[in-house]
Amino acid sequence: MKHYRISHTTSYTYDGLVSLCHNEARLTPRPFAWQACVSSAVTTTPLPSNKRDRRDFFGNRVHYFAIQEPHEQLTITVTSEVSIAAPPNEADANASQPWEKVVSFVRQQLVSPESDARTFTLPSPLISTEKPFAEYAGPSFAAGRPMLEAVEHLMNRIDVDFTFVSGATTIATPLAEVLMHRRGVCQDFAQLMIACLRSLGLAARYVSGYLETLPPPGQERLVGADASHAWVEVYDPDAGWQAFDPTNNLRPGDKHIILSLGRDFSDVTPLKGIMMGSGRHDLEVTVDVMPVKNNV
Amino acid sequence: MALAHVAENPSNRIATYAKALIGYDELFGEDGQVLPHWMPFVNGFRNLSFADLEDVRSEIRRQLRENGVTVHVHGDPAGTHRTWELDPVPLLVNAEDWVQVDSGLHQRATLLNAILEDLYDKRRLIRDGSLPMELVYRHPGFLRPCDGVRLPGAHQLLLYAADLARGPDDRMWVVNDRTQAPSGSGYALENRSAMTRALPELFQECDTRRLARFFRTLRSTLSGFGGTDPRIVVMTPGPLNETYFEHAYLASYLGYTLVQGDDLTIRDSQVWLKSLGGLERVDVILRRVDEDFCDPLELRGESMLGVPGLLEAVRCGNVVVANPLGTGVLENPGLMAFLPSLCRKLLGEELQMPSAGTWWCGQEKAQKYVLEHLDKLVIKRIYRGRDLGTVFGAAASKTVLETLRQRIMKDPALYVGQEQVSFSTMPCLVGEKLEPRRGVLRAFLSADSDAGDYAVMPGGLTRSAPDSDSVVVSSAFGGSSKDTWVIGDEDEPFASLWSPTGQAVDLSARRNLPSRTGENLFWAGRYAERVEGTARWLRSILEARLEYVENRDTAQREHVSQLLATLFEVTHFIPASSAGSSDSLKNDHELHAMLTDPSRDGSLVSSLQLLTNSAYGARDLWSRDSWRVIDNLTSLLEHLTKRPHAPVTTFLKSLDRLITELMALTGLNLESMTRETGWRLLDSGRRLERSQQLIGFLRATCTHPHDETGDYLMMESLLGACDSLVTYRRQFRSMPSMAGIIELLLLDENYARSLLYQVVRLKNNFAALPERPGTLRLAAEERLILQASTALRLGVSEELATVSPKSSEREALVQLLDSMKQLLEQVSDVLNLGYFSHTETSSLLLG
Repeated sequence: MKHYRISHTTSYTYDGLVSLCHNEARLTPRPFAWQACVSSAVTTTPLPSNKRDRRDFFGNRVHYFAIQEPHEQLTITVTSEVSIAAPPNEADANASQPWEKVVSFVRQQLVSPESDARTFTLPSPLISTEKPFAEYAGPSFAAGRPMLEAVEHLMNRIDVDFTFVSGATTIATPLAEVLMHRRGVCQDFAQLMIACLRSLGLAARYVSGYLETLPPPGQERLVGADASHAWVEVYDPDAGWQAFDPTNNLRPGDKHIILSLGRDFSDVTPLKGIMMGSGRHDLEVTVDVMPVKNNV
Repeated sequence: MALAHVAENPSNRIATYAKALIGYDELFGEDGQVLPHWMPFVNGFRNLSFADLEDVRSEIRRQLRENGVTVHVHGDPAGTHRTWELDPVPLLVNAEDWVQVDSGLHQRATLLNAILEDLYDKRRLIRDGSLPMELVYRHPGFLRPCDGVRLPGAHQLLLYAADLARGPDDRMWVVNDRTQAPSGSGYALENRSAMTRALPELFQECDTRRLARFFRTLRSTLSGFGGTDPRIVVMTPGPLNETYFEHAYLASYLGYTLVQGDDLTIRDSQVWLKSLGGLERVDVILRRVDEDFCDPLELRGESMLGVPGLLEAVRCGNVVVANPLGTGVLENPGLMAFLPSLCRKLLGEELQMPSAGTWWCGQEKAQKYVLEHLDKLVIKRIYRGRDLGTVFGAAASKTVLETLRQRIMKDPALYVGQEQVSFSTMPCLVGEKLEPRRGVLRAFLSADSDAGDYAVMPGGLTRSAPDSDSVVVSSAFGGSSKDTWVIGDEDEPFASLWSPTGQAVDLSARRNLPSRTGENLFWAGRYAERVEGTARWLRSILEARLEYVENRDTAQREHVSQLLATLFEVTHFIPASSAGSSDSLKNDHELHAMLTDPSRDGSLVSSLQLLTNSAYGARDLWSRDSWRVIDNLTSLLEHLTKRPHAPVTTFLKSLDRLITELMALTGLNLESMTRETGWRLLDSGRRLERSQQLIGFLRATCTHPHDETGDYLMMESLLGACDSLVTYRRQFRSMPSMAGIIELLLLDENYARSLLYQVVRLKNNFAALPERPGTLRLAAEERLILQASTALRLGVSEELATVSPKSSEREALVQLLDSMKQLLEQVSDVLNLGYFSHTETSSLLLG
């Protein structure tokens, strides 16, 4: 069991006065059997005039808030404490069923409160399931290969073939372009991998969260140098949802903290707002994932 | 009866029609006889001569045109509004048939309501496999943020429309379901109003059922969602929308306020209208904006038509949106394949109204069938997209079918195939003849909260195919429409929209105007005055030009050039540099542009265009008579822009007409608008513009003395252009003098065209504008205007007319005019800031 204190601060600085803004934050860690959200608090400057918490369609926690007086700067800080054990990853990738069998199993499954896996085989606003993705995935998915082994192979290939280039893409960059240029950031790799899996008929979902980063050996941990992270879960009929982190080419363990789940980035945008005013804005984000000893 | 005579006999129309029939028909039964419910109509219609018919037609056309019933033509950069077409021959539906339609539609609405309720709640229908998951989850109308949002009461689906046509079994079939923001009921209403005026006796004799009761139900259902005095608004995407006319028409018919998304704001999860008197709470929104555009925070982030935070306000139960957000999921032709079984499951009864056999390609067998029968079926997408409309396999080319096949195979869940049903024809008046055309009737339903049921409008909007071969009736508006007469079997008590028993009178019409509407009125006032001033000045130029052509006098020639230069200066019209010659006759090209080129800023027609645009933006506020004048102005605008090469002198007549129409508009506004904020702003716009023009003209013509003839000609033209020549002569009984002109046009408080008079009127208007809590801007306006009126009152005409020997200009006059100009510009700015501050834009933030 590991414990973390996470602090995520977003600051908007506007050119002119903003008279009103409405916001939605999906920045509260979601509880799972292996992940407990001990505490989580959202604070904003200026103070919100109106706020409310709810669950969204995918079961994520959403914090809505509005600032209703003129302001030139808005700072949102979310501080959470999380305890986390290793997620139930199936250690033996070879033990899973052939991937074709999984595909036909999922296709025949009805949607139920227990499992909505089949809905995650469909294309979504940012992830299409077109031929090029299936073609890219092809070499990993030889006939009869155990599903998890094939997925792991795909993850390895993405790690080899693609280069992490900060700022190479924006939220608006189409996935097809990422595939063509083989560059991107964690959101792109996660969405690309999902597109590959879905185009074969597998159920895959997008995970938004954090990753504890370790300083290079001999150096001090830098406060605020962390960032939001994104990875993938694929549905296995026997072991349930299985996590893969294509950016780091590893199976997430107790260093990955889950915020929310959805079809793609558009479902789980950490912070989204509409402001009324004129002019441009500057954005600054700092994230700090700090391991703490024991219960805090 | 001699044969030659028969051909001219109007009653022969019916016989000729019978011969032209191509299949089963609405007017004729299988036995070749006119169906009984058409008899009263046919008997009356028979007696109409061709000339009578032409009268009826032109009366209808006049009605529609004058009431401004238009459809906006998409993709037309000039923003043309096409007049609505209405066939004088209605579609008649007999009482027995209507009982079936009524009952079938009740059932269908109830069924769709039950499906909708389930899809945004437990989704049992998907869990138990009654409805394929993909059919719903792939539909962009399934709005996940609306999950779990529920209206109080029995109905989640408040408004519903169905396109109906009579199938081969003699029953009415459902062709399309419209659940998102069904349009057309306003056009149906306007069609009815035009028909009852054009054919009053026939309408009476046919025992046609009335529409008002339906709208009363709608009103009462919507009012039921608010408190004792709910504020209800109609939300439109704006004047560029195809059916904007209808939005404005319904708003004014129902007594609701017409708003656009940014007229509303959300504070404390409640909806407020930005009105001239501050924020006012909104309880119910009758929505004509597509649902995914309604809230950029939770739905389409790039939408500029919505209200950020609206969905959260709905979720909190603080506002009701009709139709609720998310209802578009039912607008899915694939659903038709499952309705019969869902009806048995949910309602325990058989589905009453048939629809064409439907195969949803998301199921393997169905997909196979569709691909094998592509050339016979009608192919649609499960949602209306831009790339593919409805494809009629039988009429499609091989290439189209092949493309379609590829698309279906690539993503089958998005496509359905439907059997092509041949529907009945109905009589349509084409030229002098009746011709059989296929048609579709759009029927409208509203939830009836009091009865816990739905109400069906006894009538509807019928649209007919463009020619007799056509099996397709376009779902886009336009083309020809018909009124729908449902024949009643008993006398209906008269129902008025406005006297629902036991209900308070709705006072919303007397509330504050939305800021945007106020702004449109203000600018309508300014542009009306700008057009009038420009037209008068142009008339002076054309008249002076005529005189010059007669006399060939150099002074006059110089005068014409100067008038033209003055007009260019005052209107900020920038003449093309090549035409910079001071010779006015060589400047014909620029004079033409001034008269007819809408793309040149400051030209007469560009100002006229701005005027009609502003008027259109406050469409719901003009009286019928005012609208007729605005419509005449639009015709004049079209007329002028079509004549870029006509000899300039031929424009005199058009200018006269233009000025007369503008005077009529002013007169009507004086007479028929109450002295509320709207009128105050309209008048303020007028006064400000007139002031600025007057200042501009005086500055350009009177500050530097010319030689005697030049001065004389200029003063006469100036007085003429200010419509003040007669007044001047009567008051001063002398040749124009500069001091006299200054006295009359600047300082005479009692003369309606003087600057001081405009300033005093502005002062009165400002005093009557609503106070805005927390703003001192009203005081700023009043302070500025007080400064202006004092300066004018202290002016002495002789002093102002004096030419300074040093600069050889009228220095005092220059000073006064310049300071007036500046003060009035400030007044305009202050008004804009204080009352029309909705111009803030919204931006999406992602962190």
